[in-house]
Formats: sequence, structure tokens, C-alpha cells
Amino acid sequence: MNSKKSDFVKFEQVDKSYDGKELVVKGLDLDIAEGEFLTLLGPSGSGKTTTLMMLAGFETPTNGEIYFDGRPINNIPPHKRGIGMVFQNYALFPHLSVYENLAFPLKVRKVDKSEIEERINKTLKMVSLTGFENRMPAQLSGGQQQRVAVARALVFDPKLVLMDEPLGALDKNLRESMQYELKHIHESLGVTVVYVTHDQGEALTMSNRIAVFNDGKVQQLSGPNELYETPVNSFVASFIGENNTFTGTVKEIASGSAKIETDSGETIVANPIAVSSSGEKSRISLRPERVSIDPNEHLENKFTSEIREIIYHGDHTRVRVNLLGNDDFILKVPNASSDLKLNVGDKLDLGWSSHDCRALDY
Amino acid sequence: MTAEIRTSDGELLSVKLKKVERRRRTTAFLLAAPLLFFIVFAYVIPIFQMLGRSIDNAEMNSFLTETHEVMQTWDGSEMPGEDVTSTFYYELKTAVENKYHGKIATRLNYEKGGFTSLIKKTSRKLKNFDENANFLDQFIDVHKKWGDIEYWQALKRGTDAYHFRKYLTTFDYEQKFDGSIERIPEKLRINVTLWLRTIFVAVGVTFCCFILAYPISHLLSILPTRYSNLLMICVLLPFWTSLLVRTSSWMVLLQKQGVLNDTLVSLGFVADESRLELMYNMTGTFIAMTQILLPFMVLPLYSVMKTISPSLMRAATSMGATPFHAFRKIYFPLTYAGISAGSILVFVLAIGYYITPALVGGAKGILISNRIAYHMQQSLDWSLATAMATVLLIAVLVVYWLYNKIVGIDNMRLG
Repeated sequence: MNSKKSDFVKFEQVDKSYDGKELVVKGLDLDIAEGEFLTLLGPSGSGKTTTLMMLAGFETPTNGEIYFDGRPINNIPPHKRGIGMVFQNYALFPHLSVYENLAFPLKVRKVDKSEIEERINKTLKMVSLTGFENRMPAQLSGGQQQRVAVARALVFDPKLVLMDEPLGALDKNLRESMQYELKHIHESLGVTVVYVTHDQGEALTMSNRIAVFNDGKVQQLSGPNELYETPVNSFVASFIGENNTFTGTVKEIASGSAKIETDSGETIVANPIAVSSSGEKSRISLRPERVSIDPNEHLENKFTSEIREIIYHGDHTRVRVNLLGNDDFILKVPNASSDLKLNVGDKLDLGWSSHDCRALDY
Repeated sequence: MTAEIRTSDGELLSVKLKKVERRRRTTAFLLAAPLLFFIVFAYVIPIFQMLGRSIDNAEMNSFLTETHEVMQTWDGSEMPGEDVTSTFYYELKTAVENKYHGKIATRLNYEKGGFTSLIKKTSRKLKNFDENANFLDQFIDVHKKWGDIEYWQALKRGTDAYHFRKYLTTFDYEQKFDGSIERIPEKLRINVTLWLRTIFVAVGVTFCCFILAYPISHLLSILPTRYSNLLMICVLLPFWTSLLVRTSSWMVLLQKQGVLNDTLVSLGFVADESRLELMYNMTGTFIAMTQILLPFMVLPLYSVMKTISPSLMRAATSMGATPFHAFRKIYFPLTYAGISAGSILVFVLAIGYYITPALVGGAKGILISNRIAYHMQQSLDWSLATAMATVLLIAVLVVYWLYNKIVGIDNMRLG
């Protein structure tokens, strides 16, 4: 194998505006490595789908250039780009059978008949749909249609496959099993995948890297665990996973720790990520699972809270407490520790390390 | 296994289900009943009554019942005997007394020209007849046409209770008195020309509507709602305007001194002395009918195109199909239902179109419906008019039947 390119797809200073008043995508710089599974994650209207559509060729960048495998592709129409695409609602051709749907990209490429059959059989086997060749799309379940759509995007061996929220219409269980299946297909084929979703769980499960979009910009581009553990700004922290926040002002700052006075007047020792000088406003982010209950070890932050609400979640219990004036502070208590007696109104001692508590931008 | 399933109160499930279903069906029927009765009494029954006239000759048969019966034994090869002529004399006398001999004259005139004057003259002279002398000679004395055997043959044929000769006339054929069927003389043939022209116009107008409606429907289906609504109103506006007004507007536009010709002349495309003949010919019929029937093509096409997801075309192009290839293989086949529904609507409406060809068609642009109207209103040959109408109705039903066979009536979408 020759070495994989780290800039297989390259967005260079790409802007996109639909109405000439607002930029949907602002100065996007993004490199996608060959063979990578990259997810564009963000709330709706954040520019992730627009980015994907520009890559597919259905939208033209207002400014900037997109390179695919070293070539600028701004002026190449979609049908000449050779990029496979899976659409949100599958976009299967309703008047063609599964076989004909899969044969479509091959016939366009004038592949001969025997090879078409061979490739379709191989691809259908990969998505475990052998025997469904003659079904019409309407005769398939949602999950099966989804597999056909994936198979169709892969059957002509594109080097790059784009997926636009392909699992959005499936129910929860099916969505989870399809996530693993897509991940395995990606691993076995080594094809580059750019995946768009607004579902963080999906992004964390499947991706090599995730680009978090908000407001037309990439907020953070990193691997799933890095993204979860070390968000670089308060948007990413609040968008990915659950998050308890305090707002306050930096009082004292040294390398690796900062003392921050919260709006309620207490002082929290935090890890300065996006603050650099005292007097700055900051939003402090803390994952619920990083909070210890009745802490006996030494922790920089120890406070007493009052339980407001207890919500049973099967494998864990969520406890909403009032802490330092924050009425929506959430704790996750594993149900294995059932000896813990919790009642609304009880006092509860909490503590956490300054390292887990990240002082971000306000 | 024939285990009987019962409901919890012990009734047979199948019986109970029927009972419950019956009430639902009764309600449905009652909701539809007023319209059903209206359609049956105001539409279906009158239509069948009119259609019956194309073969019905019972009135004539009742005027001359006995003559008709006696004539059954006459083979028509030589002049009729006294049994026929005497019966005819007495029945005609009754007719004159009761003043319905005029009707007989008119009706017989359809069988053979000259009967009107013949019957009228004979009726006047009837009182001079000597009832003991030879009737045939006396008839010939009154009018020498009675000496022509064809008039007697026409009398025999004209008093049949039923006949299908109007259907022959519909296609420019006639039955000779010897029973043979032949085409009528060439200069009298008009109906076949009109049928062919009607079919040509209907097919042509359908095609023109399709060509014009397809792109605009597509545009309507992809435009954002606020623009598509405006455009839709433009398409439908003529739909809400009276047909007569629209046709008259076309007359204003198309006539020799009309807006269109004036514009062309002032722009220098056409010389003043050679203004285009856009009206009172096929061109006029074509232009006006296409415009008037266009919405009937746009609406079904639009409703079908609206349901085609734009991502299908994107999917096709992402897989390497050129936009044209994607259109031909994906988009176009998905619009078949709309095309067929629109085409059948426009075709069926066009094949029976009346007002527009009557006003802008002139002699060269009239259609079979105008001929039917002519026979209803001017020649008063209702039998022929209804025979033509029946043929038209059958043609339309055949088109529907074919449509159902090929496309399936369930696939029709009308907006």
C-alpha cells in the first residue's frame, strides 16, 4: 500500500452564502485524510450539510477552493466527481428493483454485464441483503432500504463516500446496529467516509475524527474521546455529552490551575483552557460522571448540595441538586451502589478534581 | 379446521362483522345518495334516452303499423301489390285526418329525398281517390314518383321499428335499397374527414399541451412555495375564466386585423398585405384549444412531480449519470402517472370539444362535435346526431378502458 494522503480532501478558505446576506459556512479549512471516517457534527443550521453538499458538487462555494485527491473540484459537475453518496431519505429509485438500483451507477460507467452482476452480488452480501435483488424499494423495511442505499453508494468503488444523516429515519435499536455495521464496512473497505449527523452518540461511536460545527465554523476537530474529555470551548462542551456549568470571574491564574469566583460568590479551582488572565469571565464545564459523592480522598473542590429531584433511568439514577446557586446540577449515580439512600431535600457532599473542571470561554 | 370463532357475546364473528360493516356501508351510501340520484336522473337516464334515438323508429312504426306489416311479405323486386297500396292509402288517410302526415313526410325524406313534397301532394289529393279502383295507378296519377319502386322500398325500410343505418351514415356509408352497403358519393363524404380531423386535433392538442406543460409543471414543483403559488395562479387563472370569454379573447388576438397580426406587421415580420390566417382554420382551433386545455395537463403533472424527491436526481448524478441521463432514466419514468392522467384528460376533453372550434374553427376547423350540434339544431336529424354522439362516447370509453389496461385507473392523479 502506498502511503495515505493526509489531505485527500481539502477545504481551503471556503465560504458559502445562499442569500448574499449571511454566511452559512465561514472560512472553512478542513483536511480529510484518506481512509478516514470523519463526521461533521452540529446542530441544524450549523453548515454541516452545506459543507457536504459542496463536496458532492450540488452547491458551489461562494469563495475558496475544495480539492479532492489533489485536484481542485469547484468546476467539476457532480456526475464527474466519482463520489458516492447516501442520502437522508435513501433516495432509492422507486420504479427500479434493488438490483436495478445497484446496477444504475455501473451501467452509467458502461461496466459489462457479468461484472455488474458479480459486483452487485458482492455488495449485497456485504450489507447482508442477498436474495433481495428483485424486490422493489417500497417492499423493503426502513433498515433494508438503508442498506440498499449504502450498497448503491459503494457498488461502483468510489474513493470517497458521503453520508447525509443516513440513519435519521430509523428507530433507536436499528440505528445502533446500523452504526456498528457502517463502522465495520468502513473498516473492511478502507474507503474514506464523510458523515453528517446531529446525533453525538452516532458521531462518537463511528468516527475516527469529528468536526463539530456551529455557526458556520468548525469549533473543534479531534478524535471522539478527546472531544468528549477535552472540549476546547463551551459550545463543544455543552453540545457533546452532558455538562454542568458555572459562570464566574477568574481571580487568580497559574499554570494548570485557576481560581474562579462563581456568581454566587464561592471559589472553584479549575483547569484553565480558554482563559489566560485574571478578571476574565469564564464558563466552567464539569461532566456529571466526574463528580464524587461523599468524597473522602483529597479533592480541590468540595461543596455541599441539596437534592431537588431523583430520576430513575434503569442502569443509573440521575440526581438533580442545587449546588452553588446552580439548580440544574446533574449527578449520575450508578444503580450498583444501591446502598446509597437518596431522598429529595437531603444534603449531599460533592467533590471533584480541578483537572476535570475546565474553565472555558464565556 | 373449521372452528367457528365467536365474539364474546356469543355471536358468530363473521355474522357480527357483517352487521357492523353493513351499518358503515349504509352510512356511506346515504352520504353519496343525493349526488347519485342527481346523476342518474339528470345525466345517465337522459343520455341513454338520447342514445336510444339513434336506432329507435318506433313512432314512425306506430303511424304506419299495418302498412309495415303487409310490406313484410313484399320482397321489393317489383311494384307492390294492391294489399300494400290499399293499406298505405287508409293509414295515410288516418294520418291526414289526425294531422301527423307532416312527420311522416319529414321522416321518410331521410330515407329518400323528394318524399316531403310527395307525401304533401298525395295528402292533398287523397280525398279524390276512388276507393274501388286500383290504388297504385291512382298514386302514380297524383305523382309520377310513386311509379319509382325505390320510393316504395324506402317506405318499407322507413317504417322499421329499429334500424342501424344512422351508424353507416356516421362513417359515410349507406345501405342501398337492395341491401348492399356502399360508400356515399365522394363529394358528399364529410363525416369521416371530421372524425379523422377530430382525432388529429385531439392527439395534437394533447401533445402540444404535454410539451408546454411538462417544463412549467417541473418549474412549479421545484420553486419555493411563494413563487410557485404565484405561478400556479397564473396557470389556473384562465381556468376560472369563462370558456366563452377565453375563446372570444382568442378571436380578438388571432383575427386578421387582430393583436397578434398587428404586432407581427409592426415588427416587420409579416407584410401588411399578407397577414397570417390564424383564425377560421385548424391553426385557430389548435392554438385556442391548447391554451384552454393546458391546466388539465399541468395539474396532474404538477401533483406527480411534487412527490418526486429532488434527492433522486442528485443521487443519480452522484452516481455518475449526466443530468440528461438522470432525467431520462429516473425523473421521466417517475412522471408517467402524471403524463398519462393529463393526456387522457386533455384527449377526452378535446375529442368532444365544441365551443372553441365552433367560434374560431371556421369551416376548416370544425370538429365532429360541431357536426353533431348541426344535426341537433339545424338539420334536425336527431337520429344521426345521437348515432354520432354514441360513436364518440364509445370511443372515449375505449380510451378509458385502454388506459386502465395499460396504466391502471388507480394510478391517475388529478392534483
